[in-house]
Amino acid sequence: MQGLASFLCGLIFGSGLIISGMTQPARVLGFLDIFGRWDPTLAFVMAGALAISSLGYALARRQGRPVFAAEHLWPNRTDIDQPLIVGSVLFGIGWGLAGLCPGPALANLASLSPRVIVFVIAMIAGMSAMDLWKLRVPSATAMEDAALANSDG
Amino acid sequence: MAAFDPVSALLGGGLIGLASVLLMLLNGRIAGISGIVGGALAMAAGDKIWRLAFIAGLIVAPIVIGLFGHPQPDPHMPTSWLLIVAAGFLIGFGARHGGGCTSGHGVCGVARLSARSMVATAIFMATAIIVVAIMRHGFGG
Repeated sequence: MQGLASFLCGLIFGSGLIISGMTQPARVLGFLDIFGRWDPTLAFVMAGALAISSLGYALARRQGRPVFAAEHLWPNRTDIDQPLIVGSVLFGIGWGLAGLCPGPALANLASLSPRVIVFVIAMIAGMSAMDLWKLRVPSATAMEDAALANSDG
Repeated sequence: MAAFDPVSALLGGGLIGLASVLLMLLNGRIAGISGIVGGALAMAAGDKIWRLAFIAGLIVAPIVIGLFGHPQPDPHMPTSWLLIVAAGFLIGFGARHGGGCTSGHGVCGVARLSARSMVATAIFMATAIIVVAIMRHGFGG
């Protein structure tokens, strides 16, 4: 049941990305281009998403346990550390260059566009490189285990 | 590209929020795409099924809403292959290093009022705005 529930959530999430226009890099870049012809779409998408998720999460906080799982795995880290800052800068550079982030990249795969496929392969390589690099630093291994359990998303 | 449409934007955003809430109510998980994909790639993680199922749902979404008559996305990507590879790598590397991406930090984290996620979202938005300003308007905006 967990698998089916996840599949439906992925389906709804992907549909939302497509309907809102977020699978179109030009829309995202248009929002980021505050010195050009600004496209407010992304702000409205965020407003819609945050309105529903804030209310829904408040509901989930009152839920004893999830329907198909033993507990809610809320991220619990509160520290602003260097990886958070450096990682977000690197992510922002890539996002500004291509106008595509991980969700829309995956929701665009079915277009079979060779450029999207190469982008997703490069993205997975980047994720794997990060995980391998963390494993090579012995002191960070334990932190990585903790980070996997407590990652933000 | 079609003109700005606030209704589709709000509706699509609402669906993104709904999916995030359902994943928490049903499976107790945060809908962070880079975290879900990263966990699916990790050799040690024993909870791969829900991750792969979520990814499968994301991938088939355009086909399913196509059945209801919605046009298929036709993404216009950068022309330079080098740029595509560099951007993809940076996004994957940066999202894993920073603990999340536009979904995990930008939507789920901000909705939880997490300080980490608000800082991350502010940083990647500001950085992306600077990158676009440089790419489109040259140095100095």
